[in-house]
Amino acid sequence: MVAGGSTLAVLIALFILIPLAPGWPAVKKSFFNGAVFAKTFPGLLDAFLLDVAIFAWSAPLIFFLGLLIALARDAHSPALYPVRLFGIVFTDVFRGVPVILVIYLVGFGVPGLGLPRPWNSPYIWGTVALVLTYSAYVAEVFRTGIESVHQSQRSAAASLGLSNADTMRYVVLPQAVRRVVPANMNLFIALQKDVALLSFIGPVEIFRQAGVYKSLMANFTPYVGAALIFLAITIPATRYADHLMARERRAKS
Amino acid sequence: MKLMTTTAALMLIATGAIAQNDCVTGKTLEDGKLTIATGNPAYYPWVMDDAPESKQGFEAAVAYAVANEMGFSDDQVVWVRSSFDQAIQPGAKDFDFNLQQYSITEERDEIVDFSEPYYSAAMAVLTRQPVVDGGAEASVASLQGLIWGADANTTAVPILNEVVQPDKEPLLYGENIDVVEAMKANQIDAALFDLPTALYLSAVVLEDGVILGQFPADRSESPDEFGLLMEEGNPLKSCVDAAINALKASGELAAIEAQWLSETTGVPVIK
Repeated sequence: MVAGGSTLAVLIALFILIPLAPGWPAVKKSFFNGAVFAKTFPGLLDAFLLDVAIFAWSAPLIFFLGLLIALARDAHSPALYPVRLFGIVFTDVFRGVPVILVIYLVGFGVPGLGLPRPWNSPYIWGTVALVLTYSAYVAEVFRTGIESVHQSQRSAAASLGLSNADTMRYVVLPQAVRRVVPANMNLFIALQKDVALLSFIGPVEIFRQAGVYKSLMANFTPYVGAALIFLAITIPATRYADHLMARERRAKS
Repeated sequence: MKLMTTTAALMLIATGAIAQNDCVTGKTLEDGKLTIATGNPAYYPWVMDDAPESKQGFEAAVAYAVANEMGFSDDQVVWVRSSFDQAIQPGAKDFDFNLQQYSITEERDEIVDFSEPYYSAAMAVLTRQPVVDGGAEASVASLQGLIWGADANTTAVPILNEVVQPDKEPLLYGENIDVVEAMKANQIDAALFDLPTALYLSAVVLEDGVILGQFPADRSESPDEFGLLMEEGNPLKSCVDAAINALKASGELAAIEAQWLSETTGVPVIK
């Protein structure tokens, strides 16, 4: 009751006070323009399909490469030290460089080496850039998951006669992967937004399409439309991640 | 004697009035100054060496001609820099007018004000020698088969979609240089720019750049005209328009164009 009342008061204040600002008519015309919104929204939805497609083919690649890198970092045998070193360098580099720089360098640089079509496509190399960056993050998440499985379980598996590989495959990973599902969900929500960065190297996805409309109409409303479309995807996804985390907590306690 | 003093005094008043210009008084951001914005950086041949105060380059020269026509001396002109988005955001502007090849469109005109056009831009097809060797010609039919790119912030995008109608979806970029980079990486075959920009890119930036042809400025579909951009409802607009019209009538604008953009002649027209 009190919560409802105070929320209502805040909403009323916002809806009354903001339009009283002297610049409101201009802001409304530039950011919340109904006519522009109606005209551009279908085109934005259409362009968003490309975001979804890029996400759909990137996510599994990121999952598997991230897992591989995490396993590489977990290699304890001295002979496998180069593998471990590779894992360390990979996560250090790709976690440390802004996504947009990786996209520029990989998206323009690698095709610039003279690859023939269609292997120089910005879709391919933009995806590679996203996969490299995000698998570095995902690898770190998996690593914490792997390390969270108590050493005694590995010892127990060894005493049962399981090889190191089998211990990882049948004992550690099933628990590790499950434990970090919520953390990975967050990363994939972030990925869904960062897909838009591919627009810098050519693909006309929703952010670029909104930019084209903005430029032609000198109006920022298409950006608001794009933001709404993103929210329609990310809010349910975030809620789902919250739900998973809550379940994880309950299972632990 | 008295008559002479009066005349002198009258003349003083008169010259004073010309220096201030009756039209612009109180309409600029700062009295006695004209604040002009251009891109950051500003490119050849619009502004030479990114230094508009040198008056070198087409838009720099136009800016000073307009300023002089409105009664500002050269040292009363103040330059600032702005991006496209800064120029169209709602609220007070930090410039009196902004020139960086803004094409006048009806929809943009609802948010900001444009002066009378100071240049009619032909659109040109920039490509690379290997594409020409591969059989690309200056005909719409041949152009449709190419993979296209363009600067997403320009009116090249609608012209591409309306006039060329390429078979494959064009790729769009945030800056000229990115378009050129994609061309070097062979990700796109051709790109559409206004003619002077295309000439610059093909001559200076892109090693094996070729201008395949142009869609002339007076084409019936989507003509592209550049105007000075001002805040919506800026009272200075009438003075700026009068100045541009005077420059057109006296032939000065044409002379500036001939001085800086003369190379644009002789580019084949696309059929």
